[in-house]
Amino acid sequence: MSVADLLPILRGLGWTVALTAGAFIIGAILGVPLLVARQSRLAPVRFLAMTLIQIIRAIPPILWLFIIFFGVGMTLLPISPFNAALAGLGLIAAANMAEIYRGALSSIHFGQWEASAALDLGRFWTVTDIVAPQAFRVALPSAASYLIGLMKETAVASTIGVTELAFQGNQLSQMTFRGLEVFAMVGLFYVLLSLPIAWLSRVADGYLQAKVAR
Amino acid sequence: MLPSFDEIWTWLPELLGGLSISLQVTALSLLFGIPFGLLLALGVLARKRSVRGLSLFLVEVGRGAPALVLLQFIYFGLPSTGLTIGSFAAAVIALAWNTGAYTSEIIRASLQSIAHGQREAAIALGLNRLDELRYVLLPQGLRVALPALLGFSILIFQGTSLCFTIALPELVSRAYEIGSTTFRYFPALLCAGVLYACISIPAALLVNHVEKRAGLYAQR
Repeated sequence: MSVADLLPILRGLGWTVALTAGAFIIGAILGVPLLVARQSRLAPVRFLAMTLIQIIRAIPPILWLFIIFFGVGMTLLPISPFNAALAGLGLIAAANMAEIYRGALSSIHFGQWEASAALDLGRFWTVTDIVAPQAFRVALPSAASYLIGLMKETAVASTIGVTELAFQGNQLSQMTFRGLEVFAMVGLFYVLLSLPIAWLSRVADGYLQAKVAR
Repeated sequence: MLPSFDEIWTWLPELLGGLSISLQVTALSLLFGIPFGLLLALGVLARKRSVRGLSLFLVEVGRGAPALVLLQFIYFGLPSTGLTIGSFAAAVIALAWNTGAYTSEIIRASLQSIAHGQREAAIALGLNRLDELRYVLLPQGLRVALPALLGFSILIFQGTSLCFTIALPELVSRAYEIGSTTFRYFPALLCAGVLYACISIPAALLVNHVEKRAGLYAQR
């Protein structure tokens, strides 16, 4: 493979990173209200959130992108491939992040809630000052491995024409007829992308563990 | 916006045909993938360095590269070596590799979760390594691995949607085709979504149930 071949792959790399980061941020933010609804005291709200999470997770990512890009985009309001991919993957990330948050929340000992109640902290301050910082530490490793999974999932955006890594690989293999090398190279780039995320998550985890281990 | 009853009625045979292909690919990928995962798990734990290296390579590539890239690697890449295969075979090979890589980690973790005394007891009884695996480790290990394996099966079922990119006429391809010929994309894709949900949601509930049962077994 020549340097000229690498150029489109590097361009695709940028889109993959942008899509991954964008979808993850959307998911991390939207996951919070979804979690609150999922844990609500009102049974209908709880049920609605649970159903929503189940439905989002039951439909494969590629189909979500198609529903948004072809289904909504071609009839209701026009949407660019990148925005459609961002919306679809963000939606899926929100459902998965809500579940990750829920898992972390359930790991907090109920004594923490009781102690906060005894101190008369109120529900809001209990969550922001006592529970959330502890839950964040628990959620971090699973959120990081989800981020890596999400990064690989962004490959499906190539099907609606987002010019990210997988898309560039596909183009390149059609032009050069050397599919084996090109796709091996693209695969390698995904692995390379996941290394810094895994490393950062380990560093952050070590730092947060050290903060509480006294 | 929503599909009419007549539309659903005319599309259904087409969509169900696609669903059937999706399910076939899922079944075959699991059938080949899980035993492959067991082999990889044993390979990673092997004493021989070359076996360990090869197994680790297969696991890391199978997990590290997106399933979509694996699929295209097999389908578009292999022909350049002179080996041409159909899209169905390519789908099964790629997804079985993917399954093997992920399940090898699940199986390895569950084998390692078995108390060390069990292995010692097997040695004390004079079982050879194969019998130890067959009668002592696997029956206990697979029980621990079952919920995770079932959960992964749902992901592979959803992963078959990626076969759209290699022109396998599975569920998403069929829905897309209906959309492009009738220009009723949204209703057609929605029908496909409902069919996916009809399989995935009950399956997820089943996995939850099995998980609780498995938890009970571990507590005893």
